[in-house]
Amino acid sequence: MPVPMTAPKVLDREFFEIRAKLLEIAASFDRLDRGAGTVEGDPRMSLIREALDVLRSDEPDRAEAIQMIFSRQYAADWRKSLKVVPPKG
Amino acid sequence: MYYIDPHIHMVSRTTDDYETLARMGCAALSEPAFWAGFDRGSVDGFRDYFRQLTEVEPKRAAAVGIQHYTWLCINAKEAENVELSRDVIAMIPEFLDRPNVLGIGEIGLNKNTRNESIVFLEHVEFAVRHEQQILIHTPHLEDKYMGTRMILDMLIDDSRVDRSRVLVDHVEEHTVRPVLEAGFWAGMTLYPVTKCTPARAADIIEMYGPERLMVNSAGDWGPSKPTAVPDFIMEMRRRGHSHALIRRVVYENPLEFFGQSAHFQFAPPDVPEAATV
Ligand SMILES: [Zn+2]
Repeated sequence: MPVPMTAPKVLDREFFEIRAKLLEIAASFDRLDRGAGTVEGDPRMSLIREALDVLRSDEPDRAEAIQMIFSRQYAADWRKSLKVVPPKG
Repeated sequence: MYYIDPHIHMVSRTTDDYETLARMGCAALSEPAFWAGFDRGSVDGFRDYFRQLTEVEPKRAAAVGIQHYTWLCINAKEAENVELSRDVIAMIPEFLDRPNVLGIGEIGLNKNTRNESIVFLEHVEFAVRHEQQILIHTPHLEDKYMGTRMILDMLIDDSRVDRSRVLVDHVEEHTVRPVLEAGFWAGMTLYPVTKCTPARAADIIEMYGPERLMVNSAGDWGPSKPTAVPDFIMEMRRRGHSHALIRRVVYENPLEFFGQSAHFQFAPPDVPEAATV
């Protein structure tokens, strides 16, 4: 499908938005640092780091890749583990 | 531009919201049965809810010129109670002939449990036996991918299911492809912050094209925006997409999908389209 906006146009439109979103993330990390205690070792922190790596990569479909990082993996044998009998249809 | 919101929970919206939707060009909407913010205690609670969906909401909608359609079921959250679910499914035939009922929905999974799967399969069985269309809720956040795949497994297993009469809702970047590739319709639910945004829905249209894709607002008890479909229309316009493409997603696709249900007797509004946003 034709995409009407050129890449320079997208950047013109979204530069300040991207900048603002990066600042939000930076400020969240600063807040984590300032808080008492530690979140090192919390598995959610490694998910966040993995997602940041996706942002820095040149691979396409980054949104999909980040969705998958935050998703439980599909187990094809779920019917067996949940003991769900498929219909006769 | 006129549009149709294929998934919006008007029981949780005010009369002012109905009026705003009408002003923004909402010509018709469909309201699936869902969770009411609390677990209902008995089948009678659902019977009253189905009366609200088939008697009360159509009147509230008609007062502002919107056509109201609905779907019946016990939602995935309350489906954890299998006994109650069976009672509710057995009661649905009392309402199947109501003129605004399009089918069974929104059925699906919430936490991807055994009980939810059992009740999902029993709903599908009911829909097949009564030749009803199906509207599906997929789980949110970390459970969405696994839950969507489980739902597709169950539907594909059943050769009696006509995939062109099934709408799988709340798809996002990681679930839209398997749904469309298997031949189902897919709906993107737009939320202000936490889930799919109008911009990301526009991205998905750019990546997959408009075929069998729709957008909806959910407009439920949680933080949601009943005018999210007009927001999507604005985003598509700002990007320079054609009127024809936008209209296909927000108007013609819902017409085509709902048109497969015998009860969908849609009459286009007689006010010229230029009068709306
Ligand atoms: Zn819903």
